[in-house]
Amino acid sequence: MTTANTIQDFTNQEYKWGFITEVDEDRIPKGLSEDVVRLISSKKEEPEFMLQWRLKAYRHWVSLERSQSEPKWANIKYPPIDYQNIVYYSAPKQKPGRASLDEVDPEILKAYEKLGISLGEQKRLSGVAVDAVFDSVSVATTFKEKLAEKGVIFCSFSEAVRKHPALIEKYLGSVVPYTDNFFATLNAAVFSDGSFVYVPKGVRCPMELSTYFRINAADTGQFERTLIIAEEGASVSYLEGCTAPVRDENQLHAAVVELVALDDAQIKYSTVQNWYPGDKQGKGGIYNFVTKRGKCLGKNSKISWTQVETGSAITWKYPSCILIGDNSIGEFYSVALTNNYQQADTGTKMIHIGKNTRSTVVAKGISAGFGQNTYRGQVKIMKGATGARNYTQCDSLLIGDKCGAHTFPYIEVRNGSAQMEHEASTSKVGEDQIFYLRQRGLSAEEAVSMIINGFCKQVFRELPMEFAVEAQKLLSVSLEGSVG
Amino acid sequence: MGMLEIRNLHASINHQEILKGIDLTVGVGEIHAIMGPNGSGKSTLAQVLARRETYEVTQGEVHFNGKDLLAMKAEEAACEGLFMAFQYPIEVAGISNAYFLRAALNAQRKYRGEEELDAIDFLPVLREKMRLLGMEERFQSRSVNEGFSGGEKKRNEIVQMAVLEPKLAILDETDSGLDIDALKVVAAGVNAMRSPDRAIVLVTHYQRLLDYIVPDFVHVLANGRMIRSGGPELALELENKGYGWIEPVTTGAL
Repeated sequence: MTTANTIQDFTNQEYKWGFITEVDEDRIPKGLSEDVVRLISSKKEEPEFMLQWRLKAYRHWVSLERSQSEPKWANIKYPPIDYQNIVYYSAPKQKPGRASLDEVDPEILKAYEKLGISLGEQKRLSGVAVDAVFDSVSVATTFKEKLAEKGVIFCSFSEAVRKHPALIEKYLGSVVPYTDNFFATLNAAVFSDGSFVYVPKGVRCPMELSTYFRINAADTGQFERTLIIAEEGASVSYLEGCTAPVRDENQLHAAVVELVALDDAQIKYSTVQNWYPGDKQGKGGIYNFVTKRGKCLGKNSKISWTQVETGSAITWKYPSCILIGDNSIGEFYSVALTNNYQQADTGTKMIHIGKNTRSTVVAKGISAGFGQNTYRGQVKIMKGATGARNYTQCDSLLIGDKCGAHTFPYIEVRNGSAQMEHEASTSKVGEDQIFYLRQRGLSAEEAVSMIINGFCKQVFRELPMEFAVEAQKLLSVSLEGSVG
Repeated sequence: MGMLEIRNLHASINHQEILKGIDLTVGVGEIHAIMGPNGSGKSTLAQVLARRETYEVTQGEVHFNGKDLLAMKAEEAACEGLFMAFQYPIEVAGISNAYFLRAALNAQRKYRGEEELDAIDFLPVLREKMRLLGMEERFQSRSVNEGFSGGEKKRNEIVQMAVLEPKLAILDETDSGLDIDALKVVAAGVNAMRSPDRAIVLVTHYQRLLDYIVPDFVHVLANGRMIRSGGPELALELENKGYGWIEPVTTGAL
């Protein structure tokens, strides 16, 4: 009983990023129609090919909606979403052009300061360039000039559409086509901003790139789109963080991320997802329905996904790798935490097409409170993928006795030379374990935090240093009150 | 006034009474051995003293350095200087021995208002204690007890004790599962901790450990009660005669 109390105290911490920023918003009326899609495109001053692409996506989405083909297979439950009751575009008003940080609304700068992200020139996180996306638009990107010296393009998606249309036209939808799935299709029609990264041939990006997504406005959906291209021999490490205010209603976040790695290129993509998870009774919170996929197009290329998912009422995402180039490598390291009434159905797909392709999957699920945590993974070895190898490790940790852990691994092998390894474990944070650590002088919270950090270590060590520390802290905050 | 004063201690688990009125005084600088047959309540006594909450104290008082031990949480008792070496040490995956032990030491130092130690100051201390217990340096970076042999786990407990330098150490069946060589190493480690400022309580089933760590007092626990106390010679007597010769007396006389 007492252990139960301890775990409860531990998981009951408050969401600390739930404040609301007062800014003038340029928002369009609720609802989705062809006119809304045209309006978004015109607000972004997009070239014709973009509008046409959006419209194709919109029409496809309408047919999907009519045939009720919102994905039903995931192990998650939520009431029907009224897609006409969402605001699809909401942006803080700002002077056109956005030449410098001085023109960003000070309220927004303050909001980012509060989140620990300094966009100010003096206090920037050294060695990390930041793109700040506030509701539907990017409000600031730091270190652009310094990156440009190396030929690295790091800017908002809207800016990329205007300044680098050829790259967008070539790669947009090349990894996640607009027909991919219900939410990706919706995103293709209405996405408003996101980040764009292009690293030219042979360039190692000199600093970490990161995007900080913030949902602020009420009743809005956030639909951002990120595209990262690493040319031959290029390498880049990118990190995204996300938070949102505390609100009673659920908000939809349907993002798409596409990564393309050419010969010998490497992309490392890390996520620390901390959208508002809803309250202790499961009211409110973000529906995080996201499609993330990378294509190892070139030989010897590598794409590595690391995610720490602690927020959102519901998480539905499967960052995946399509291993086309020979000897290419895909990695997925994940920590997903569900507390209170949170639900997560997350995992990865590793599609082996090229020869000697290798993939590693390490998924750690933590369930506390009434949380339901599902790992869903697919490893597919195609006929031509001679010498392919996969290692999958899938561990679940339960805290308390009202939560659930589920795993659905799918393995499909069409080439006899493939080597597959799959390990899975389920464990419980036990009273005996907590007592042991407490007997040495640690408080119950410290004990649980230590046990969980140990459980997640394999994933945390994949994160860039400063974010690993953040992730650890975040995890103990998200779990506070769950020890019981 | 003893460092540890136990008066009429009753404790139960799942409404079943295990300790049925224990009295014991342990003075500073003393070593006490608590012996008894399986199921007599030895480990329960150790865990109640370490404030494991799964045991319910139904009656009695315990004072530790004059403070009410039963009012303390496990971590408070630990920070007040009470250490228990576990009969079955617990594994903590992904957390290195060194990290864990430094976190524990710093939690205790913080409680006492002392400055916390950084890794640079801490590691030499840890290495020295590990050397004393014949543990190779690689153990400092291994996960706590994970994949350790039984003997390694027990030695690791004594390393922890040596680093934390408790005022009162309770060793719960530390000898069980040790071969004779490991037993000697562990005993040497414990003997090195003997000090006029420290008390040690050895909980054991066998006399064997007491050949290497000679206690000042020996107590026999049976069926939740202390049925006999004496000097080290009592342990030898038990070794020769077994527990049988005193047990019937208790059921009748006490």
